[in-house]
Amino acid sequence: MVDRSAIGRSFTPVTAHVEPGRLRYFCETIGERNPIYRDAQAARAEGYSAIPMPPTYLFCLEMMDAENPFEFLTELDIDLARVLHGEQGFTYYVPAVVGDTLTFRSRVTDVTDKKGGAMTLIAVVTEVTRQDGIHLADMTRTIVVRNPKAA
Amino acid sequence: MNVTQAASRSVGDRVIHKAFAPITRHTLALYCGASGDHNPIHVDLDFAKKAGFPDVFTHGMLVMAYLGQALTDAVRPKDIRAFSTRFAAITQLGARLTCEGHVTELIDHNGEPCMKIALVAKDGAGEAKLLGEAIVAR
Repeated sequence: MVDRSAIGRSFTPVTAHVEPGRLRYFCETIGERNPIYRDAQAARAEGYSAIPMPPTYLFCLEMMDAENPFEFLTELDIDLARVLHGEQGFTYYVPAVVGDTLTFRSRVTDVTDKKGGAMTLIAVVTEVTRQDGIHLADMTRTIVVRNPKAA
Repeated sequence: MNVTQAASRSVGDRVIHKAFAPITRHTLALYCGASGDHNPIHVDLDFAKKAGFPDVFTHGMLVMAYLGQALTDAVRPKDIRAFSTRFAAITQLGARLTCEGHVTELIDHNGEPCMKIALVAKDGAGEAKLLGEAIVAR
């Protein structure tokens, strides 16, 4: 079971390129029709240098381009089948756009037991930076682990 | 609803309301590929059953993507300073989601005039699946 000794653990940084084709596929999948996410001209009219991405897409980029998207779970010896997503947050400083290369650096910031040890909540913060070093955004997530019942 | 209207709303106004098509296995398969979240629990019935679930279920982040879409239909994406959700309940196959948001507070956020919007994604029975909040410049 994960305990508080995991706090501070960091994981292999992930570098992702914001590719137009994959972004288009994401927009198709969620039924996103807003022209600023699909048409470079519409994006430029709104003041972007290129097509921006929908608000949750940063989360996807990190998983898509990770060598092992579940590294965090394997490193902490957590069974994927026992994991639920508890909370997710984004704080945006500068918009990311198509053509950017982003680096994601994640670390564990908290571990808490709930319901007498039946569940463990793990908080992870991910800092997102652009190729020129600009800090674009932060992501926070809470993962819920359903612990096996003690024998 | 257009951006100008949303930005000029005051506390209590419902600024976001969008309904989505029912979630199918096909939606989940597409989202698995589109999002990079290949956790089999959302697409592989055998895996889901072994993990103790009666069926596959929706990626929480797909519902958050719908909530984000409803949000950016109503406000300029570049005005969003923060967007967060709590995944309150599992979203089952077939769920017809509606995403709503209303202004709860006009605030000063890091020296910038902003509004706080409370967000919810509900299924057809009215059960809240995601409860969230956005901070948006006004």
